[in-house]
Amino acid sequence: MTALLEVEGLTKRFGGVAAVDDCSFSVEAGTITALIGPNGSGKTTAFNMITGYLKQDSGTVRFDGGAVERARPAQLYRRGLSRTFQQARIFPELTAIENLVVAAGFSWRDLFGRRVSKRDEERARRMLDEFRLSHLADLPAGDLSYGQRKLLEFAAVLMSSPKLVLLDEPTAGVNPVMIDAMERHIRERNAAGVTFLIVEHDMQLVMRLCDPVIVLDQGAPIAFGPPAAIQTDERVLEAYLGG
Amino acid sequence: MKPVGRAGLLRAGIFFLLLALIPVLGAPGWLLTTLIFTVMYAGLASSWNLVGGYAGYPSLGHVAFFGIGAYAIGLVFTNSVGSGFEPFLLLPVIGVAVGLLSIPVGWIAMRTRADVFAIVTITLLFITQTLAFNLKDLTGGAQGKSVAPPPFPVETFDWPFYYAMVVMLAIAMAISLYFRRSKIGLSLATVRADEDKAHGIGVRVTAVKLLAFAVSCGLVAMIGGVWAYYVGFIYPQFAVDPLITIGMVLMAFLGGRGTLWGPVLGAFILVPAQEYFAQTFGASELYLLAYAAVFIVIMLFLPRGILPSVSERLARRRLAARGPGESPGTDAARPVDPAVRMEAAR
Repeated sequence: MTALLEVEGLTKRFGGVAAVDDCSFSVEAGTITALIGPNGSGKTTAFNMITGYLKQDSGTVRFDGGAVERARPAQLYRRGLSRTFQQARIFPELTAIENLVVAAGFSWRDLFGRRVSKRDEERARRMLDEFRLSHLADLPAGDLSYGQRKLLEFAAVLMSSPKLVLLDEPTAGVNPVMIDAMERHIRERNAAGVTFLIVEHDMQLVMRLCDPVIVLDQGAPIAFGPPAAIQTDERVLEAYLGG
Repeated sequence: MKPVGRAGLLRAGIFFLLLALIPVLGAPGWLLTTLIFTVMYAGLASSWNLVGGYAGYPSLGHVAFFGIGAYAIGLVFTNSVGSGFEPFLLLPVIGVAVGLLSIPVGWIAMRTRADVFAIVTITLLFITQTLAFNLKDLTGGAQGKSVAPPPFPVETFDWPFYYAMVVMLAIAMAISLYFRRSKIGLSLATVRADEDKAHGIGVRVTAVKLLAFAVSCGLVAMIGGVWAYYVGFIYPQFAVDPLITIGMVLMAFLGGRGTLWGPVLGAFILVPAQEYFAQTFGASELYLLAYAAVFIVIMLFLPRGILPSVSERLARRRLAARGPGESPGTDAARPVDPAVRMEAAR
């Protein structure tokens, strides 16, 4: 297996605090990798650097064989690296379909073409069907419930056929039925060849779904391995429970 | 987004037919003069709306480009305007040139957002006005610059300017409609709502922002050209007048930012109101207070602007009439007439 994403020596300081401190890990193609750790351990900061939202102080990120340095989020997205946000950032004034269409990626020529072409609409509707959101297709996304927004954001970033999807707490604040739905979608997409890197606080979900698991503490990995090994790792227990 | 159907085209057709017929039907001079400025502001507000409404970048510096367009006409047609129609023929050149000129300006200014962007663009206004005062060889400075008078017959003197303004409004509205119906408008909507997220889903944010800015500035410059030719004398404080900038912004806000008809509606309310108050209160500046009061009262009751607020209320009433439904967004599948929601979003 080859590493789809390689993070090496990644560091980011805010003031005197190193939010991410000499952090190195890699994500193998085809896996559902979890990135866990106590609050403030630097998970989201690492996400932001990997996806081009935040510039690192030092360290390198390689995605799909190419460097990520100086890359912008939009370029990375077109290269197949997409992400969702903790708070489910969708566009409330656009309809559910438009939310998908605008995320599908389009050429310069299409930019001057129809807002939602027949082909766009068919593709978006298929995706909404898969996520069982069809009945909401023409509603402004702002009318959706929080859980539906999370699903919609997830569906949207899949529209561009990404290689790697970073999910930032996909099930936080979502009802149990929706958590099951989210888990199922992640599994299905993974089976179809999409690699996932997931930040998640629901440990039961992580242990069920993810392999391997990376544990961050104070900005650097302290453990890496299959979920069973992580559960019994002393450093991990100490980080979570406090030594 | 529902494509603009027959009803929309019919509405636009009737509107422009009425505008076109007004002079022919023998409108009195004062009415035509008022209409020239009303349609001018409708065009300015519609142009401003491309970037201030759709992209969510509230420029307060647009009058700088209005002034540049005005001086362009003044510079080229100092001594003669030929048959009288040559200045109109120059307008497309001015539009394209100013549009291109505005790209580097927009590229710098649009690195800031929201209120900071508004302030950066205000400085653009004052820089341009200062240049107009001081580049005396070009602009005549505070002495002003005259445009050669057009050789139009007295009875129909205003007609060419009126029709030029109507054509400019039609162009601005056509571009506005095109933006809405293309992926340009879709992309701009994501920029307005959440620019960082837009980057994250591969939207070509910078390109669409600059496109909207350039088209908007080019249109405003063309309207400035018509204005200069009409008033015949260009002073820095009138060609680059903060009141013009504020006028176009207020009208777009009043009618509804990010809508096709909102800026037009805003202009057709505020310009006649301003004229009326100016007549009533005479030479004092009191009319500005009354003008501001109209704006404040409407915004108090319809905070998102007239069109969005009214259509939202109508949609809500129609939903309520449909019986006690659940609020939207519950997880249950449930039929909702998409047309109702569409109107709410418009």
